[in-house]
Amino acid sequence: MDTALDPAAPTEAARRPWIRRFVSKMPWTTRFCASWLIVIVGAAVFADLIPGLADPNYQGFLFGDGATNESPSLTHFLGTDNNSRDILARIVYGARVSLTVALAAVFMGVVFGGFFGSLVGFVRGRTDSAVMAVVDVILAFPGLVLLLTVVTLLGRRDLVVIATVIGFLSIPPYTRVARANALSISRREFVTAARAIGTRKRSILFREVIPNVLPTLLAYAMVNAAVIILLEGALAFLGLSVEPPTSSWGTMVNAARVDLQINVWPAIWPSLALVFTVYSLNNVGDWLRRLRSVRSAAL
Amino acid sequence: MGSFIATRLVRLVATLLAVSFLTFLLVNLLPGDAINALIPIEAQQDQEYVAQVRAEWGLDDPMLVRYGKWLGDAVRGDLGDSIVTSRAVSSEIAHRIPVTGELMIVTVIFSVLLAVPLGVMSAYREGSRLDQFISGGAQFALSVPGFVAGLLFIYVFAMKLGWFPATGWTRISNSISGNLMTVTLPALSLSVIEVAVYTRVVRSDLVTTLKEDYILSARSKGLRDGFILFRHALRPSSLTLITVVGLNIGLLLGGTVVVEFLFALPGLGKRLLDAIFQRDFMMVQGITVFVAMVYVVVNTLVDLVYLVVDPRIRKAD
Repeated sequence: MDTALDPAAPTEAARRPWIRRFVSKMPWTTRFCASWLIVIVGAAVFADLIPGLADPNYQGFLFGDGATNESPSLTHFLGTDNNSRDILARIVYGARVSLTVALAAVFMGVVFGGFFGSLVGFVRGRTDSAVMAVVDVILAFPGLVLLLTVVTLLGRRDLVVIATVIGFLSIPPYTRVARANALSISRREFVTAARAIGTRKRSILFREVIPNVLPTLLAYAMVNAAVIILLEGALAFLGLSVEPPTSSWGTMVNAARVDLQINVWPAIWPSLALVFTVYSLNNVGDWLRRLRSVRSAAL
Repeated sequence: MGSFIATRLVRLVATLLAVSFLTFLLVNLLPGDAINALIPIEAQQDQEYVAQVRAEWGLDDPMLVRYGKWLGDAVRGDLGDSIVTSRAVSSEIAHRIPVTGELMIVTVIFSVLLAVPLGVMSAYREGSRLDQFISGGAQFALSVPGFVAGLLFIYVFAMKLGWFPATGWTRISNSISGNLMTVTLPALSLSVIEVAVYTRVVRSDLVTTLKEDYILSARSKGLRDGFILFRHALRPSSLTLITVVGLNIGLLLGGTVVVEFLFALPGLGKRLLDAIFQRDFMMVQGITVFVAMVYVVVNTLVDLVYLVVDPRIRKAD
């Protein structure tokens, strides 16, 4: 029997693996952005395994091996910086800092912010007022200023400290987003129905409210990750992110700033890496959000 | 309406108190003894002198007592003295407000002047090539941090073309044209992201407004498109724009720190950074509280402006 005439047979589109279906809906810019994100994440994770990638902290000129501010060559694809370190290697290792910080922020935001937000949005009342008062106070600080103050006062500045501080500070905005969503979800019929049949509150929270808050939170996380990478970049540019010699894109731009007259490329490459990564996160995040709003409108 | 203002004001005061306490807590609980900033480590052999200085600065009092003292002074405008320069924190802040304030105002003016036409064009031709170009451009601009834009502007407009000075600040009282020259590049660097945010807001707002019945009736009366766009459609959108400008003050304040650092401007952000590097706790505390205060007050003002401009909210209250 011809499958095309059989209504039960899956259509051509549906038979393709879900990932291809997903990708086929993307506009070409979004495909490009998603590919870039995959490349940058892969490079950051497997940096130690990339064959031929130089040591990011190796200063060739100290050993009579290479010079400062070299232009691109076969040994240094993007040239060297003003300490004769390989720019490509520093960008790849710098990606680790940006992505770790972003991941920490998203993780802490989604887990803690998502939980507190869903909880207070669901139970409301006094708990809600108390938690939101704390959230409002933390949000009353301009982000970068609070971050600067906390990071400085902590004194130590390794990746763990930076990631934890930024992660902690990203809990409040997630709490707000989760609460707003939980409020509207708690008024939906299925929650009323669950209440009516006497389901325990805890089950309603974990089985009904949180699973429905999560997708919105994850779409927000994409865009928030972009904001966090920009924040870390600014912090690093001010010389207040991870201590040198660990490379970070902002640190690289700041170091190259001094020699802008001599060689502009060491400033351009990390800037491009930063801008493209942030743009990609924004682009894919916006696309996911549009996809989701179309879906919820169809419900 | 009166009760609305009253609640807002009570909330404002409560937030300010909480913010100041939190800052105080942060500065005081975290490692690092202020005595090290007051007396060089080598000079700390003299126990008696150290004890005297500790007592003088009240370093041994319980924290709540010190907070109470600090708050009592702060309410009267005295934020204490810098540990490093021993000048009054409040006068340092006052000295630097004009720079940061001007930078922010010029940035908002630049951004609104650019974003309104872009957003209007984009919404008017929704879905067209032009719209796609503007919206795509806005999404890209949103990804360019101030320090990258600033460095690019310095390289192109100061180093290559020589139109503007790369760094430094001329006070407006010294020379108006010199002042404009020094504020242009920093303000443009800050504007990149702001323009993107405002353009998106104006566009999405106008797209909804243009579908309203009163726009249709204006059209059917035969009014010109330009007149409808700017006189009928843009007016309600200006409210949203005011809110977003207000909400963005926090982002902008953070941005000024970076831009003042990059362009070596003697503003509040640069002072905060210097204080951070010198571990000048009093200064860090004073500036942080001041900046948070400005942010909270501006947001409350935005709410109140909203109330005055939009009669619907007044009635709903």
